[in-house]
Amino acid sequence: MSRRPASRVLSLVGGVGAFVLLLAAFVQLPDLGHVTHPYGTRAVQAALGRDTANVVSSVNFDQRAFDTMGEEFVLFAAAVSAILLLRRFHDEEEDAYELRVGHHDVWSAVNLAGFALLAPTIMVGFYVVAHGAVSPGGGFQGGALLATGLHLAYLAGDYRVLRRLRPVAVFDAAEAVGAAGFVLLGLSALLVGEPFLTNWLPTGSLGDLASAGTVELFNVAVGMEVASALILLLAKFLDQALVVRGGGGE
Amino acid sequence: MTAQALLGILLTATAVLGTVVALTRDPARQALVLSAYGLVLGVLMVALQAPDVALAQIAIGTAVVPLLVVLTVAKVERELSTRQEDPEDRRRHPSGPDRRVRR
Amino acid sequence: MSDVLGVLPYVVAAWILLIGCYGIATSRSFIHVVACLSVVQSSTYLLLLLIGWQTNGTAPVFADIEPGVPVVDPVVQALTLTDIVVGGAVTALLLALTVQLAKRQGSIDPEQIRSLEEELEE
Repeated sequence: MSRRPASRVLSLVGGVGAFVLLLAAFVQLPDLGHVTHPYGTRAVQAALGRDTANVVSSVNFDQRAFDTMGEEFVLFAAAVSAILLLRRFHDEEEDAYELRVGHHDVWSAVNLAGFALLAPTIMVGFYVVAHGAVSPGGGFQGGALLATGLHLAYLAGDYRVLRRLRPVAVFDAAEAVGAAGFVLLGLSALLVGEPFLTNWLPTGSLGDLASAGTVELFNVAVGMEVASALILLLAKFLDQALVVRGGGGE
Repeated sequence: MTAQALLGILLTATAVLGTVVALTRDPARQALVLSAYGLVLGVLMVALQAPDVALAQIAIGTAVVPLLVVLTVAKVERELSTRQEDPEDRRRHPSGPDRRVRR
Repeated sequence: MSDVLGVLPYVVAAWILLIGCYGIATSRSFIHVVACLSVVQSSTYLLLLLIGWQTNGTAPVFADIEPGVPVVDPVVQALTLTDIVVGGAVTALLLALTVQLAKRQGSIDPEQIRSLEEELEE
């Protein structure tokens, strides 16, 4: 195959050229660790003005909420497309043996660790979502934590246990509720005469759980959506890898 | 000075692990190295004073993406082995919307 | 630090970007391509965080520090945060496409994949 060495040489030449160009750009940047960040200063002032302790959450859900809405919908679309691609086709079937028995060749230490960590991880996931405006965390991180925490049940038991803990219809609905909830919360600002996605709820004092106005509610909506999307994605991939057979006249 | 040394060590580890990920050809092994790379990148993000980002990176890049890669490898290997047992399958049985176009 | 040494962290980000692109260009499996794409995306996260870093700054969370303490730039952290999660979902979509490719064409080698028109001509 003459394509392989040619592609290597071409990619090396292109890589060296791109490296030189990037280096030329990097020496013109301000020094690493410089202290003048005009956007950062203004973002911190705006966040403290609205009593939001976690400035990153404030930027995400209060100052740049429109972008976050777009990103949330990109996640929604990608998850729905992947789930659609991995659906069971008419010529595929589920392996009844796998569904009934599942695999048991896992170390008992892994089983024990999964069992012991399942409840604490779910709790930490809810904590991270709820405290998104106060300490590092938020909807995106907490949602990912919840999704991966649920799959500790797969380590603790087997696939049947996971299927029982994971009703797909519920998470389908939760994903849609999370995505729509974000938009509805934004529209609720219109009801009080403010522009779309304004933070209009009363803000408490800095560092309280009930501070920051609508940022907390946006966090919950995003957390629900991200967790459900990731759980559904993992559900489809696990189904395809473990259970679904056929697709070729089997 | 120790903060600079820590950053230097983490940056070097990130560069080395990133190279290893790109140069590992077997996707099943690559998933494991990708997981380690995600972890080191997460620690580097903590050293760069970005705890929120590190949380997301470790949750997604160390747990979710390598898991999806491993599941894809398992599924693809099974698909390719069944295809090899019966090579006429591809022509006889396309599943999808272009079925009606062929007639 | 002289100008050149001060650029080294950015060089690490550029290196990761380019080695990921090299991995994509010389790949023999689409799953390998998707993992290398994940590495390429992570280089942009690193670059963003490096730009926002301040030498004496701390994390931009005022839960346990007083307002007025210098913090690093929170705007680039917000950009990177949503980027990571959305990038993970797009990676999942690409892997689902790879599974479909294996089912339909029996191979995931980028050099053996035929386009849909070639397949329909059979």
